Amino acid sequence: MNWLAVLLGSVSHANWPDEETVIRLFTLQDYNTRVVLLGVTALGLASGIIGSFMILRKRALLSDSIAHATLPGICITFLILSAMDINSKNFFFLLFGAGLSGIISILCVQFLRAYTKLKEDAVLGIILSSFFGFGVVLMGFVQQHPKGNAAGIDGYIFGKTASIQAHDAQMLMINAILICIMSLLLFKEFRLICFDSCFAATQGWPVLKLDILLMGLVVIVTVIGLQAVGIVLVISLLIIPPAAARFWTDRLFYQVLIAGVLGAASGFFGAAITALFERLPAGATIVLVSATCFFVSMVLGSKRGMLMKFLKKRELDHQVLEQNLLRAFYELHEDDEGNLIPNKGARLNDLLIMRSWLENEVQAGIRILTRKGLVTKDANHNFVLTELGGIHATRIVRNHRLWEIYLITHADVATGRVDRVTDKIEHILGDKLVARLEHIVAEDYPHLHVPASPHPISGGKI
Amino acid sequence: MKNNTIIPLAIRDLTVAYHRKPVLWDIDFEAPAGSLVGIIGPNGAGKSTLIKAILELIPRASGEVLMFGKNYSLVRQRVGYVPQRESVDWDFPVSALDVVAMGCYGQIGWFRRVTSKWRKVAREALERVGMLDYADRQISQLSGGQQQRVFLARALVQDADLYFMDEPFAGVDAATEKAIITILQELKKAGKTVFVVHHDLQTVTEYFDYLLMLNMRVVAEGPTKEVFREENLVKTYGGRLTLLDEALEAMRKRGTMG
Repeated sequence: MNWLAVLLGSVSHANWPDEETVIRLFTLQDYNTRVVLLGVTALGLASGIIGSFMILRKRALLSDSIAHATLPGICITFLILSAMDINSKNFFFLLFGAGLSGIISILCVQFLRAYTKLKEDAVLGIILSSFFGFGVVLMGFVQQHPKGNAAGIDGYIFGKTASIQAHDAQMLMINAILICIMSLLLFKEFRLICFDSCFAATQGWPVLKLDILLMGLVVIVTVIGLQAVGIVLVISLLIIPPAAARFWTDRLFYQVLIAGVLGAASGFFGAAITALFERLPAGATIVLVSATCFFVSMVLGSKRGMLMKFLKKRELDHQVLEQNLLRAFYELHEDDEGNLIPNKGARLNDLLIMRSWLENEVQAGIRILTRKGLVTKDANHNFVLTELGGIHATRIVRNHRLWEIYLITHADVATGRVDRVTDKIEHILGDKLVARLEHIVAEDYPHLHVPASPHPISGGKI
Repeated sequence: MKNNTIIPLAIRDLTVAYHRKPVLWDIDFEAPAGSLVGIIGPNGAGKSTLIKAILELIPRASGEVLMFGKNYSLVRQRVGYVPQRESVDWDFPVSALDVVAMGCYGQIGWFRRVTSKWRKVAREALERVGMLDYADRQISQLSGGQQQRVFLARALVQDADLYFMDEPFAGVDAATEKAIITILQELKKAGKTVFVVHHDLQTVTEYFDYLLMLNMRVVAEGPTKEVFREENLVKTYGGRLTLLDEALEAMRKRGTMG
């Protein structure tokens, strides 16, 4: 239990912010915090939007490679600037150098891909690690340099959010506006090249130029994001919010929008948390917030979330179980004419032998049907269909038989398999389909008996 | 030949190479207007490569391709393309209608949105292939055949005069096959020319009135009745016996031997 005490001790030692600090933070009263929060929020928005297109264009790893490849550019620019005795902290020059070496890395990737038979992931691995390794070696020179540490160049590796100044925040916001405008203007064009670049080319769209533009925007976001979250983690802002957004939607526009919002929220709350707990590294915190968004989306997402999938499956399972049980009741007490003999009870064992199912399945089904008022217990404690239950059972048996006949006569399904296939599909037959089935079957088998249609007649759900 | 001033597709001495290794040799071909042309040949014969080279998706080593007597870049809007279904990611967040509307993008032009006018055009194309009920489905929720029909509809909205279809019949259900055949017949009736990469030798005589038999070079070309013969099939498919047997069986059935 010792470790627990140590852990609790260290947590309680952390300075928990008081209420006033929290209020000051979220009302953006503090100038410095305001600058930082606005800056990283804008960055999150821009990267979420452009990251969506980038992932759909299958370029996620390429941008990671670009991010790592910026380090030598930053170091070389710093060394040149200090040799020329210009202000070596000049942010614009450093970013220019970063962007330039990022672009060189793309060219190297293209070159290796064209002239070797290496696979894409191997090429990216080679370029990423060579450029980053080169950057780290250069970093050694930078730190030996008299002005090295003063420039805070090593801040670019893991990010130094707190160092964001007003003009940096301005640049991040201009960048976000640029990304929004470009994405809106070229939404259709980006959608086309991301989905089917060959078709786009046959339609006369300049696929290569659009690709270069898209990657150019990614490079800009990456380079501008370096200061806030750092080389190692900037890729996560481009990938995680778009991946999370995919769980909420099936439409590209909303995908882009949601990714932007999630990215902005990650930036905002990540930076806010860092402002409240002083020793937390900001870049990593932002990434962790976005990762949390991702996991929440993965579980709760309304389109592809795990919970939604589970619930949908369970609903279908229940529906199938209910309908099978009603059919079992019907078939247990069916007279020679194919009609249901009303008010006859059934014991659990009678139902159990009707098909291969488990006792607890049947019991669960009976519970559901009882709750819906379709099954009740008679004086002898036997289960019996209510009037409503009888109507539903008649309809379900009718649909089942119509479907079965249809499959045997029209769908070339082996007779032995019919029941199994029917079971899966018949439970979701809609009104329209049932009407068509009736028509087809009535034409082919005018004398065949299917239960007379009960009132109200309709297919599908109970 | 009617319309002999406007030959929809003329290929002269076309050679295509991958890493300096030629995959298509000296292709010479002229298609008669208003015909359904089947391109058949074994795997690796360069059928898809031929279409891609014609559409300038891959570079040509040499040769000339003219469509309606002009370079492709001048007549793009008159040429439609249906790529192989496997060439795209069907998990992409778009609906069937969105995909079909992509065929209109060229007419819509830069920066403009896809307005309801264009969505209506896309809906009409979906109706032609019997897919209107599925317009708003996300494309991964469609079956393989339905996806193929969406691709076909995307090409149809363009109202081109010359079409290239890369294996539209591969792995589709009977309903889709029927829908595609109906469309092909409609296109032919409207005087359009359609090239179809095809695998199923059993249906060649039924579907196509003109054939291009390919195995890295043109083995035979001409009206199906004349060129779909045993000696040409042997030359095209070489030692690939199972396919050959299948083809010979098909010919026996259709009674086109001799």
